[in-house]
Amino acid sequence: MTWKQVFTSSVGKKLVMGFTGIFLVLFLIVHVGLNACIWAAAYDPADQGQMFNKAAHFMGSNVLPRILEIGLFAGFFLHIFQGYLLTLENRKKRSIGYDVAYADGSKWYSRSMAILGTLLLMFLVMHIYHFWTPSRLGGMGTVQPLEEVYYNGIKHHNLYAEMRDVFVGNTLIVAMYVLACGSLAYHLLHGFQSAFKTIGIHNKKINGLIHSVGVGFSIIVPLLFALMPLSFYFGWIK
Amino acid sequence: MEHYNMNLNLKVWRQKNKNTKGTFKMYRVENISSEMSFLEMFDVLNEQLIKDGESPVAFDHDCREGICGSCSMYINGKPHGPWQANTTCQLHMRAFKDGDTIVVEPWRADAFPVIKDLMVDRSAFDRIIQAGGYISVNTGNAVDGNTLPIEKQKADDAFAAAMCIGCGACVAACKNSSAMLFLSAKVSHLALLPQGAPERTTRVQNMVAQMDKEGFGSCTNTGACEATCPKEISITNIARLNSEYIAASFAD
Repeated sequence: MTWKQVFTSSVGKKLVMGFTGIFLVLFLIVHVGLNACIWAAAYDPADQGQMFNKAAHFMGSNVLPRILEIGLFAGFFLHIFQGYLLTLENRKKRSIGYDVAYADGSKWYSRSMAILGTLLLMFLVMHIYHFWTPSRLGGMGTVQPLEEVYYNGIKHHNLYAEMRDVFVGNTLIVAMYVLACGSLAYHLLHGFQSAFKTIGIHNKKINGLIHSVGVGFSIIVPLLFALMPLSFYFGWIK
Repeated sequence: MEHYNMNLNLKVWRQKNKNTKGTFKMYRVENISSEMSFLEMFDVLNEQLIKDGESPVAFDHDCREGICGSCSMYINGKPHGPWQANTTCQLHMRAFKDGDTIVVEPWRADAFPVIKDLMVDRSAFDRIIQAGGYISVNTGNAVDGNTLPIEKQKADDAFAAAMCIGCGACVAACKNSSAMLFLSAKVSHLALLPQGAPERTTRVQNMVAQMDKEGFGSCTNTGACEATCPKEISITNIARLNSEYIAASFAD
């Protein structure tokens, strides 16, 4: 069996979804961990986002995260592209649908991964526009550069100030971020444990553990993400 | 258990053959005993239709004991009807009440084309089995029972997977019309046993290729198949199939 045969088979296509899904879960851990540095400002009024800006600077200036960033974009692209491709392919397998749909056997969010994923994609575009574009492409063409701040004589992007600008007073944007976190929670609730089944984990004990960790992850990580815009919006951090 | 008779309205899919368009038709059956099986209720309906000069409803059935996997009706939005771990032939009319309207549809999947009414062509499953769901053994004397030691857990898992009767309810239940629960049961029960080891790699490759060729969808682990399976085949088998496939993809 050639690699082409493997990755064009129905199982192989799902493997791509599973592996990229797990890769994106790992990304979420890094992302939520680094962003949680914004709350340093809640404990130390002198912080003014310094800890977060330094963490963001490390990610933006170090060569390794930059290489991983290319992998991240590739991961996103593969996951989204393959996801849509599979959804379209699978829909074509039943030309005449049922009069009474079978709803009891599976959870609504397991059947709605494409819709939840589409909401996340729309959020992703908005999120990249808010933070990644000004940070990485600021100053190019018409893209406004970010405000700069110096720590120990080293120039940093003030992404903390950017977050404040985006979220403070912008009810609609904060609501969209929170809604996206809800979509992420349900997407993960199915996706986390499903990805491990897809890559072949069939040990019942490990699967039980993955299921529990997956539920915890799906609640905690999106909740932390949702608290970030809310923290600025309600003035918990300034 | 209390016995009662009931009158029912049936909304049944009627389709002359593969090439014609089908439609739902309403029928009324009266004095149906709660102790009848669902198929016996259909026998009553068919006798009535024959008497009225109408063509009887075609449906698959054979053993009527829940072991052959022939019966295949999608009843009120669930393959094999409302009961758990049950086939249509073992569904009894006590599951319904007087005055109920029951919607009966064939398995819906392009890989299972309707032959007539509620009868679908499930030969795609036969071709998947032919692609690798067997072991090659030389004929000769029967081997002594205990010459091949098999762990108890593996033997149990293999037997549980071998329970699959190939009825196709998993395909009918799956939003993607995927045959992965069926395929994984067949691959698992042989992969778990030493007798299946020599053809382990080619089996999973060929059976997956045949499944794709037949036009079944891919698995998204929603669990609808497991929930409807009359033999309660575990979705864990699908994860095992995936690991078998990954291992096979590295083989020369």
